[in-house]
Amino acid sequence: MSELAGDPVAVSEPAGEPSAQRRRWALYEVFVRGKRGLNHVHVGSLHAADAEMALHNARDLYTRRNEGVSIWVVRADDITASSPAEKDPFFAPAGDKVYRHPTFYAIPEDVPYL
Amino acid sequence: MAAYEAQFDATIAADQRIEPRDWMPEAYRATLIRQIAQHAHSEIIGMQPEGNWILRAPSLRRKAILLAKVQDEAGHGMYLYAAAETLGVDREELTEKLIASKQKYSSIFNYPALSYADIGVIGWLVDGAAICNQVPLCRCSYGPYARAMIRICKEESFHQRQGYELLMRMMRGTDAQREMVQESTDRFWWPSLMMFGPPDGDSPNSQQSMAWGIKRHTNDELRQRFVDMTVPQAAALGITLPDPGLAWNAERGAHDYTPPDWAEFEAVIAGSGPCNAQRIAHRRRAHEDGAWVREAATAYAEKRAAPSGGGAPISGSRPGAAP
Repeated sequence: MSELAGDPVAVSEPAGEPSAQRRRWALYEVFVRGKRGLNHVHVGSLHAADAEMALHNARDLYTRRNEGVSIWVVRADDITASSPAEKDPFFAPAGDKVYRHPTFYAIPEDVPYL
Repeated sequence: MAAYEAQFDATIAADQRIEPRDWMPEAYRATLIRQIAQHAHSEIIGMQPEGNWILRAPSLRRKAILLAKVQDEAGHGMYLYAAAETLGVDREELTEKLIASKQKYSSIFNYPALSYADIGVIGWLVDGAAICNQVPLCRCSYGPYARAMIRICKEESFHQRQGYELLMRMMRGTDAQREMVQESTDRFWWPSLMMFGPPDGDSPNSQQSMAWGIKRHTNDELRQRFVDMTVPQAAALGITLPDPGLAWNAERGAHDYTPPDWAEFEAVIAGSGPCNAQRIAHRRRAHEDGAWVREAATAYAEKRAAPSGGGAPISGSRPGAAP
């Protein structure tokens, strides 16, 4: 799973198969800064044996056309995400605070620069 | 459960995206896994017909272009495997299903690339058909798939244009070169039409996929669009498309055309195409030949992670401050 996935969807791994003996490579989420002045943005994921390999693979996979000037790779396991199930209550506190937006305040049209 | 389902239905009805951790019907998940895996496998297997010509490219320019294109196909496969993994499958498991012939890939890649004109025609017709199929997938209801498709479509445009340019160059060459282009077009035209899948009447999954917003157009709609786009391109090249039934229908505002041989399509899907066995055998060999590399990389990573493992620190710096 990737994309900050958290659902405990079982990944079937039949015991006894040869490939099951090989420890699977960790899943890394990849974030790219498109150019100076922009935030890093999540672009996808990949598997790698370690962080350095993840970084090199991310460069080859996600920046073949100069799409980035900086890359972060983060082990998917290390990401804590809010749960979609608690979505509504989790974000509810912001829901009734309309006074946090500038449009909440009525200002006469003829007052400049405001 | 009913509440989850209602929320899923409402999200689809509002034409919003389903994201990985949202609840989704099992059949939606299974359909996406099947489709995305098949799509990823097609990109990976699709490297073979063209990769076969890298060492025989006629110039350094063509070689660099073909290398970049084949590398892109690998990249597209990886974007799609990454999208599939958000649905709870593992990409290694998908590769194992591919080489065990338990999952399919596009029938087009079971046809061989026999001349360098095929490199041009694959770019023009095969990638052209792929673009027709893929552009609507950029609006697919499943977020990670749609985002992967946006990235892929941007890159796919180069694939089609380099193919068309190659053909224009050959058409300005010798008679023998023009014949190669025509011969290649004759071979790839029908399999390209098959890339859109069976006719709407024989495509049982289409309706549900459209209701779920996975597909946006029917197979026949996309096929028609491809034909209409290709006819003027063929004329500009000076190529004849090998269909005597191809004619503009002013009433429909579209071209009439002869459907491909669906019996051949079924046979190729079932494994009897010219290259099915070769493609899978090659993929299996590549996977098995790479096993020692994967093991060595794992061992190296473990050695460096061990307390006394030494080794150089990773080359990239840590992000440091929070984003």
